[in-house]
Amino acid sequence: MTSDHAIEAAFREEAPAVLATLIRQVGDFGLAEDALQDAFAAAVASWRRDGIPERPGAWITTIARRRAIDRLRRERGQADRIAALQRLSELDTRDDDPMDAPAVTDDQLRLIFTCCHPALAMEARVGLTLRALGGLTTAEVARALLVSEAAMARRLTRAKQKIAAAGIPYRVPDHDELPERLRGVLAVVYLVFNEGYAAASGDRLVRGELCGEAIRLGRLLVRLMPDDAETEGLLALMLLQDARRGARVDDHGAYVPLDAQDRSRWDAGRLAEGRTALDRALSRGTPGPYQLQAAIAALHCADTADWPQIAALYGELARVAPSPVVELNRAVAVMFAGGDGLAVLAPLLADARLADYQPLHAAHAEMLRRAGDRVGADIAYARAITLSGNAVERAELERRRAALAT
Amino acid sequence: MQYMLLIYGDPAAGPAPDSPEAAAEFGRWMAYSQEMAEVTVAGAPLEPVPTATTVRLRDGETLLSDGPFAETKEHLGGYYIIDVPDLDTALAWAAKAPNASYGSVEVRPVMQIPMEA
Repeated sequence: MTSDHAIEAAFREEAPAVLATLIRQVGDFGLAEDALQDAFAAAVASWRRDGIPERPGAWITTIARRRAIDRLRRERGQADRIAALQRLSELDTRDDDPMDAPAVTDDQLRLIFTCCHPALAMEARVGLTLRALGGLTTAEVARALLVSEAAMARRLTRAKQKIAAAGIPYRVPDHDELPERLRGVLAVVYLVFNEGYAAASGDRLVRGELCGEAIRLGRLLVRLMPDDAETEGLLALMLLQDARRGARVDDHGAYVPLDAQDRSRWDAGRLAEGRTALDRALSRGTPGPYQLQAAIAALHCADTADWPQIAALYGELARVAPSPVVELNRAVAVMFAGGDGLAVLAPLLADARLADYQPLHAAHAEMLRRAGDRVGADIAYARAITLSGNAVERAELERRRAALAT
Repeated sequence: MQYMLLIYGDPAAGPAPDSPEAAAEFGRWMAYSQEMAEVTVAGAPLEPVPTATTVRLRDGETLLSDGPFAETKEHLGGYYIIDVPDLDTALAWAAKAPNASYGSVEVRPVMQIPMEA
C-alpha cells in the first residue's frame, strides 16, 4: 500500500514534463490536460495497490496517451482528430522511451514559449505558466493570484481556446525572434516572483510559495537555455532577493527595513547559490537588466553596503532599462551614498503619472526627514499612508510618521 | 491556417489625398501586397467610410443608416486573407503592413468549418 500523499507528490513531480510532451503528441492543450487528469485517476488506483513504478514519468505518459486515444475515438469525425489519432496510435505501438531526455527538454521549452506567448493577455500567461509548468492546480493558481477559482478557470479555458483556435504555434521561436520572446518569458517568471515577494494587497507581505515556484521555473529555464546570461541573471536576482525574505517581517508581522534586518535569518544557501549564478552570468560578458539588478541585490547582501557602487549600478540600469522605479531607487542610493537624493527625486515628483505611486512618497518623506524638513516629511508620509494597500507596510509608515514628532 | 488581416487607420492621420506622400503610401501598399502575394488568398482596399451604409432588419423592417456600424476614430480600410502555418507567421506579416506604424492591424483566424468524415 502506498499512501495517497506519496502518490500525489510523485505525480506532481512528473506532471509538467509529461504534459509538455503530451501537448506536442496530441496537438491540443486542453485534450492533453484532460488525458493527464485521466492518468492521475488511473495512477491513484494502480499505485495504491502496486506501489509507485520505477519511472513514474514514463508510466504516466503511456497511460495518458492511451486515455487521449480513447477521448479522440469518442470524438471521431473531425479531420484534425483523425490525424492526431493515427499519430498517437502509432506512438503507442512503438516501444521507444516516452521520457527520452532531449525530447523532454525540447517539449518543455515549447510549452514555456506557448504559455508566455505575447498574443495572450499577461494574466493568462502567468496563470498558464503556473498551471502547466509549475504543476499547480487551478485552485492553487487562483489563491496565489488572489482571484476566485471560477474566474481563474475561465481565464485558463479562454487562453487554451485561443491557443488552439488562433493557431499559436507549439514551438521554440526562430533564431531571430528568440531574444525578444525569451525576454517575454523572463518577464512572466519575474512577475510570478514579485507577486509572491510583495503582495500588492492583503495582509501577508510574503506569499512565499510563489517565490519558490518562480525560482523553480528560473532553474528550469537555466537548464533549458544554458547559454543565456540574462536567464541566469534573473535566477540570481530571485535567489538573492528570496534569501532575505524571512528577515523582512519580524515575529509580530511588522516590516523590517534592510539595514535593521537580522542577518542570521537570511538564507545562506540561497545567498551562495545566487552569488554563484550571478558570477556565472557576468562571466559571459553580456550584461543586461536582470544581471544589473542581481549585482545590486548582491551588494545589498554584503556586510556593509557599498552605496556609491549601488548608485552607479542604478545609473547603468537607468540607461539600459529606464523607468521611474529605477530612478527612484537611484535617488535613494544617492542619498545613502551621501549625495543629493532630493535632486534626483525632483523630476519624478513633478511627473503627474507618478502622483499615486506610494513608494515615491515614502522615499520623499524619508529624504525630507533626513534633511530636517519635519512639516514636509509629515505631508509626504500622510500621502504614502493613504496610498498604501498593504497593512504591514502601512503600519511601518505610520510608525515613522509618529516618530517625526519626537 | 487562414487569417484575416483587418487594416485599420485614422484617415486624418494618413497622408492627404493626391499629395506626394499619398503616392508614396500607395507604392508601399503595392510593394507589401506583392511581397505577400504567395500566401494571399484574397484582399482589397475599401472605399472610405463616408461611402458606408449599415443595414439592420428589425421587426421585419429594413433599417438603413448612413455610415459605419460603429463610430470609431480608426476605420476599417481594407483586408487581406492569408494562408500561413501559424499565428506567429501571420503576426509577422501584419507587422510589415505599412499602416502598422500609424494605425492598427487586427489579426483574426478564419473559422474552420468542421467537415463530415
